Amino acid sequence: MSSTITSVTRRDALRTGAGLFLGFFLPERAFLEAQGRGRGQGAVNPNAYIHIGADESVRFIIVKAEMGQGTVTSLSQLLADELDCDWKRVTTEFAPVNPALYGNQGVYGSQSIRATYFPLRQAGATARAMLVEAAAQKWSADKSQLRTEAGFVVNPGTGAKLSYGSIAEEAAKLPVPQGVALKDPKQFRYIGKSIKRLDTKAKVNGTAKFGLDAHFPGMLFAVVERCPVFGGKVASFDGSKAKAVPGVKDVVQIPSGVAVIAENTWAAMQGRKALTVRFDEGPTAAYSTPDITKMFIEYAQKPGAVAKTTGDAAAAMASAAKKIEAEYHAPFQSHAPMEPMNCTALVTADACEVWASTQSQTGSRQVAAQITGLKPEAVKVNTAFMGGGFGRRGGTDYVSEAVEIAKLVPGKHVKLTWTREDDMRHDLYRPASYVKFAGAVDAEGWPSVYIAKVACPSFFGGGRGGAVDGTAVEGIHTLEYAIPHMQVDWRKADPGIPTTFWRAVGYTQNTFFAEGFIDELAALGGKDPLAVRQRMLAGSPRLLAVLNKAAEGAKWGKAPGGHHQGVAVVNNIGSYTAMVAEVSVVNKKLKVHRIVCAVDCGPVVNPAIVKAQIESGIAYGLTAALKGEITIDRGRVKQGNFHEYDMLRIDEMPKIDVHIVETNNNPGGIGEASVPTVAPAIANAIFAATKKRVRSLPIRPEVFA
Amino acid sequence: MAIDFTLNGSKTSVDVNPQTPLLWVLRDVLGLTGTKFGCGMALCGACTVHLNGGAIRSCITPVSNVAGKAITTIEGLSADTTHPVQQAWIEEDVPQCGYCQSGQIMAVASLLAKTSNPTDADIDEAMRGNICRCGTYTQIRSAIHRAAAIKGGRA
Repeated sequence: MSSTITSVTRRDALRTGAGLFLGFFLPERAFLEAQGRGRGQGAVNPNAYIHIGADESVRFIIVKAEMGQGTVTSLSQLLADELDCDWKRVTTEFAPVNPALYGNQGVYGSQSIRATYFPLRQAGATARAMLVEAAAQKWSADKSQLRTEAGFVVNPGTGAKLSYGSIAEEAAKLPVPQGVALKDPKQFRYIGKSIKRLDTKAKVNGTAKFGLDAHFPGMLFAVVERCPVFGGKVASFDGSKAKAVPGVKDVVQIPSGVAVIAENTWAAMQGRKALTVRFDEGPTAAYSTPDITKMFIEYAQKPGAVAKTTGDAAAAMASAAKKIEAEYHAPFQSHAPMEPMNCTALVTADACEVWASTQSQTGSRQVAAQITGLKPEAVKVNTAFMGGGFGRRGGTDYVSEAVEIAKLVPGKHVKLTWTREDDMRHDLYRPASYVKFAGAVDAEGWPSVYIAKVACPSFFGGGRGGAVDGTAVEGIHTLEYAIPHMQVDWRKADPGIPTTFWRAVGYTQNTFFAEGFIDELAALGGKDPLAVRQRMLAGSPRLLAVLNKAAEGAKWGKAPGGHHQGVAVVNNIGSYTAMVAEVSVVNKKLKVHRIVCAVDCGPVVNPAIVKAQIESGIAYGLTAALKGEITIDRGRVKQGNFHEYDMLRIDEMPKIDVHIVETNNNPGGIGEASVPTVAPAIANAIFAATKKRVRSLPIRPEVFA
Repeated sequence: MAIDFTLNGSKTSVDVNPQTPLLWVLRDVLGLTGTKFGCGMALCGACTVHLNGGAIRSCITPVSNVAGKAITTIEGLSADTTHPVQQAWIEEDVPQCGYCQSGQIMAVASLLAKTSNPTDADIDEAMRGNICRCGTYTQIRSAIHRAAAIKGGRA
């Protein structure tokens, strides 16, 4: 594998003043497609820069934005290891948006390590080779006899040493060598180590700059009043009372609503309260949550687009002796990152500058260029730390709004802030979804038929023209279980609620559905839930290995008195995850005591970050499983703040054991690995405790009380 | 009307609507952006600062309420990131996205000032008002115990 993807397709050397500055054009799409699960968009994506200064500085330019998933640190580990530099000298900065250099810049699909694991190592190795070549020329030595250590080229024969900084300028003048060999993983110095994060200090002393922290003398602050109904428009407004609020500077209309511009954010909020706006609410005002549920159930009875067919499910079902049906449902979910959406923009006659915490840097530049009529090259996007992303910041709606406002006050920095209520009520949601399952077991009690009729909106505008939106059914049709007869189909049921990727995307609800129903089939056949999965995964060694590891770690079948276990597995984002939840139900009260998670994400760059991401995904999954529900009332979201859409709190965090099953497969993702199995593992444990099935999220005590 | 208070040890005067929450005075008027906006309703703890040494939610505290008093923000917790809580946060590598951590750290610094060696139950009680959407709670708990040890000269 490594030999095919390490052949860098195009490379370039840039000379910018003193020192070595290398640009590598990296085939992200080709790389991902080689793994068979590509979602890359650009044809060629360059991913990294290394700058070695004459002053011995080592600066890495990080093209994958940081939202807590650890890219600043782990991407630096990839570069530093092959470069063989001194870790203590590493500094980082976020890459500017530059499609010519970097292709499409975004962070989604847990791709940061998957897309860079080999290319960034290649970048580091190539830079190292050039430094060695420069030293060899200086010493008139045979370069094959030289070695490197922590920022020096060393000649073991003479004992001579040259620091990288002292030869960086010469190295930069050399031709870029092709096909430089990568290290044997046994020689890794930084990869595979739990190196401390590079961004921790800035995040504990208040100096880390998030999008909301952009601050300029004399800047203006804005909030926007939007139609509470999705798709609605401003019909008319009266801003006179708002303008009379102290501190308010102006009230302006933009495509998404009415903006109040003020001398500080709070004044803008007060001005907004004084606005009078009349909206044309549009067709989505006809929908409330019960209507949407009804719509899904009706649609599920119609023919769907086929996502998977194995055997002859209908015939097998008709002749089966032991069969069941079950309906599963999941609600809309909000992302609720701690940093609400916001963006600062400055528009002048010939330029636009944007400060944003965004998962979509290239997309942000595009929308700013469209709105201002400027060339994309005239738009500068400053990438800030994200206070959480989870898919929400792949959208550019908040960037568009800031640029629209800034365009109306040229020459002024304007910071648009969404309040928590704005953020929760104008999110792009994880779709609600509904599945009608039917299934059967054979004469020995093993699952033999699995039929799923799925009805839900598309995640991202997919599923046009009768096609299947893969994200709508992933986790249902991607099961690796060997079941002789399987049929999965999908019908798009779209009530007009805006949707997008939400940490782990379709798997977030579909794994709950599928693993819940698989558990039902196990019970129907009188089988142990673990034993059924082990048997059906005999042909899927990676899933079987993590399943066995999680079962072993959890001491399956030997839970402490009063505690009950449930299990679930998932294969998503190129990784394999198994989870055992241990719960008790006492006096109608559910408590999640412990979660054991085993994950195979291929080679591990930073075990501590992998562990942190697994725990993080579990916390995210727990919030959705136990609390999260966005409901719609006449086209509006009812919930507005954390008292109505609460998050997991510290006293609710269970004990978590993470087992990393490292393999030499292609690198998998990690940020979304552990979210999907949380709800089904808990629901299946509740069944073990109460014999009651949880078929709807969030988990409500009424179901098992 | 000018409102005077002490901010991170320095005398400060602001001329704003006295009802303006301290959070927005800190962030928008004074440019101290380490204190974060999360909810505006004292539901998440991201905006936690100290008023005369005790933790408050700056998002619901009118600036007029702090006149004549001493405010400490994350920027003023230590001059060089060496407060025991900051040290512990670095040693445990707590933050992921990091957005909530200013508020978490300020809440913990206040907790330890009152309870030098908190139990897990004390931590639950004191910290359940601070949301971390990244779910760093396990690390936060470890770091609180470590900070207590550092502060008590036991680490």
